Amino acid sequence: MILSSYLHALGRYLMLMGRVFSVPEKFVMYWRQYVKEMIKLGLDSIVIVLIVSFFIGAVICIQIKMNIESAWMPHWVSGYVTREIMLLEFSSSIMCLILSGKVGSNIATEIGTMRVTQQIDALEIMGVNSASYLILPKIAGMITMMPLLVILSTVSGILGAYAAAYIGHILTPAHLTEGLQYDFHPWFFWMGVVKSLFFAFIITSVPAYYGYRVEGGSVEVGKASTDAVVASSMIVLFSDIFLTRLLS
Amino acid sequence: MIQLVDVRKTFDDGKVVLKGISTVFESGKTNLIIGQSGSGKTVLMKCIVGLFEPTAGQILYHDRDFVSMGKHERMLLRREMGMIFQSAALFDSLSVLENVMFPLDMFSADSYKERRRRAQFCLDRVNLADAGEKFPGEISGGMQKRVAIARAIALNPKYLFCDEPNSGLDPKTSLVIDGLIHSITREFGTTTIINTHDMNSVMGIGEHIIYIYEGYKEWEGTKDEVMGSDNEKLNSFIFASDLFRKVKAANS
Repeated sequence: MILSSYLHALGRYLMLMGRVFSVPEKFVMYWRQYVKEMIKLGLDSIVIVLIVSFFIGAVICIQIKMNIESAWMPHWVSGYVTREIMLLEFSSSIMCLILSGKVGSNIATEIGTMRVTQQIDALEIMGVNSASYLILPKIAGMITMMPLLVILSTVSGILGAYAAAYIGHILTPAHLTEGLQYDFHPWFFWMGVVKSLFFAFIITSVPAYYGYRVEGGSVEVGKASTDAVVASSMIVLFSDIFLTRLLS
Repeated sequence: MIQLVDVRKTFDDGKVVLKGISTVFESGKTNLIIGQSGSGKTVLMKCIVGLFEPTAGQILYHDRDFVSMGKHERMLLRREMGMIFQSAALFDSLSVLENVMFPLDMFSADSYKERRRRAQFCLDRVNLADAGEKFPGEISGGMQKRVAIARAIALNPKYLFCDEPNSGLDPKTSLVIDGLIHSITREFGTTTIINTHDMNSVMGIGEHIIYIYEGYKEWEGTKDEVMGSDNEKLNSFIFASDLFRKVKAANS
């Protein structure tokens, strides 16, 4: 029974995506939406990404220094581990998990409200492919902006680690720099970017699906928003395992 | 002209809502669908515009069967439709002028200047010439309905659908909305279908009325024929209020 309902949901999601990825009625109108979504979903998320990443970078550095490093471990461990965690997991996966709350609830609520106030019906009656017009620019906008957010998150996390070094005096900046530069594989950076592109698709398309299917009123919109965040977070976590295995 | 041939609708849960409705809605006339809440008139309207799929029957737009059409043909036909929703359904994030320009931006090949001029003309037509820069949240319900009318007529539609256009409006504003829809129908020769249970609309602009009762077409006629009808179900619906009973008594 539960499996059947999941399969039904998957089928409906795939059918919706089929409608989303179709030829736009008028490219200029979609372009306009695409630019708006890049600003709304991407640029407007920069502040939260910078703040969260800064503090997490600082905390990782402090935790490693205080709890892992010992006399028989090299002094570059804190910097090295901070870099690897930021590059491999935090800036791509965990940051997307955080964004799924902000972006996901925004998308589900916006589209859900448009559904219950008949704005989507109005688009359909006009002959506009509402699924494509409303969802495609969001997916494309988020995928475009995600690499920038990943880079900013990594940089902010490393600045946080330096803040721990300079302000907290828990390790010397020279040791931190040595660790950050130790055994660097550029592919790890690209791996984070590739993973984040998949997650960008998930955290926009899944909430859009929940919002698009809302029936009822404000209570149902609220429920769809919550369900969307839970579902997209779970899917990000599951797909993180597969992507990590695939790309490592 | 829109022709309905034995249109039926049964939902997945087995509930039969439309039980075979046939009628013809002529161009240049205000056609009204009336009935009690839950009688099936909204479902009928949604079937006509394609928001619901009828279980059986034909919906012919100038002899083109909407039910059996492919997706692309439907999209094209929908560009000939305009609809005014009960809630106005204006796009919150766009200004009034941008709302009216939206269908033009999407489907018209005209220049920006021409599209803007056309949108302004439509706003003038509904007496909202100065409201273009406002947002839907900043204007009254009656004004929102008028913006919805302006948006609906922006592309010169052949078919105009109005789902309870007077719902939530005071009687005076309702008359303004009715008058606008009626004059636009005459002016542009559109096939207009209005879903209503506002008796003032029935008596004011009902050139062709169908009364839906429990999924059937119970009665069909004009506003003048309503007064003299001996259909009990229609009479109990139309003359439910004291005011209309007195009007009927005075007329007879």
